[in-house]
Amino acid sequence: MSKFRKKGSKGQPAISTASLPDIVFMLLFFFMVTTVMREVELKVKVDKPQASEIDRLENKALVDYIYIGPPNDKRYGTEPRIQLNDVFADVSDVGLFIEDNRAQRDEQEVPLITTSMKVDKETRMKIVTDVKQALRDVQALKLNYSTHERARTK
Amino acid sequence: MSRRSRENPEINAGSMADIAFLLLIFFLVTTTMDQDTGILRLLPPPLDELPEDPPIVKEKNVYEVLVNANDQLLVEGDFMDISELKDGAIEFLTNPTNSPDLPEKVLITKSKCEQQIAQLKSFIAQQPDRDDLEKDLEKWEKKLNTVQLIGEYRELPGSAIISLQNDNGTTYDMYIQVQNELQSAVNQLRDELSIENFGKPYSELDANKGEEEKAKILAIRQVFPQRISEAEPKDTGN
Repeated sequence: MSKFRKKGSKGQPAISTASLPDIVFMLLFFFMVTTVMREVELKVKVDKPQASEIDRLENKALVDYIYIGPPNDKRYGTEPRIQLNDVFADVSDVGLFIEDNRAQRDEQEVPLITTSMKVDKETRMKIVTDVKQALRDVQALKLNYSTHERARTK
Repeated sequence: MSRRSRENPEINAGSMADIAFLLLIFFLVTTTMDQDTGILRLLPPPLDELPEDPPIVKEKNVYEVLVNANDQLLVEGDFMDISELKDGAIEFLTNPTNSPDLPEKVLITKSKCEQQIAQLKSFIAQQPDRDDLEKDLEKWEKKLNTVQLIGEYRELPGSAIISLQNDNGTTYDMYIQVQNELQSAVNQLRDELSIENFGKPYSELDANKGEEEKAKILAIRQVFPQRISEAEPKDTGN
């Protein structure tokens, strides 16, 4: 009889962990869908300034990025450089970069394209102004100064 | 029979979770969650040639903000700390004391709008091919819409602008802070007006929610237009 009793105490089986992978996969798919891959490898240091009066960039597919900051690799010097896509560039290349990106998109989307400037906060305005003039010349007038968010000061 | 089934045991799925976790952590690390935020600006279109005689703007209608290479502010000829810039801009845009040194605000009333519209319509009837009259009519109709939505208001003269000029040596951080403060002044005035009239801040009005909201947005913009102009930069030294 005692043997039977022992069996009875074993009657509570371990909780099945078979559904654990399903839960984790669900999480995995959620993250895969909601996040965006880093679009380029940054070759310049960009420490963005903070601002309170900001808007969200809605349609990421219609945004072109221009990065300006001192190169991460000191062999390229310490002066701020412009990065377009994955390479360093000059102010004269900005116009071509914009035109290129326009050609890749639908014609009716062209007026909606926003240019986002991610500029290091220590940068002097000369290079920024030059880029802005280059953007004006190719009629890329929608501009977004990328910043971090902070509370509004009273 | 029972022996045979024991030879084919179930594959252990315990490590499946580990594999999935590994993938999950990989995606967590390689992806960016940060929302792209920033100050939106519309650049002026390129000028083919400089206009021969630029329009004359009264000095009191311009709020001049200069930033030098040392990140110091000169506003209307005086040194100013950036913390005072917002209040300064708000004073310029509202002119609460009717000071003669600030833009002269004109009271817009319903009768005035209707009178002007009637007058313009009769002019257009006489001279149907004058474009400037049509534009004037459009302007006054906008004003009438605004008066109908938020009542009589004091209008900023059309030439009143905030003019921002920076030096080539100004740091980008300072430039953004100045832009931010000026924008903050306009946004605060708009928010206050919107709460007073429509019960919610301007930033929560949505143009996609139908004609009514759109009209409200236009009305508030009519009272407090966003006119921040950037002059060509100067190089005054490093």
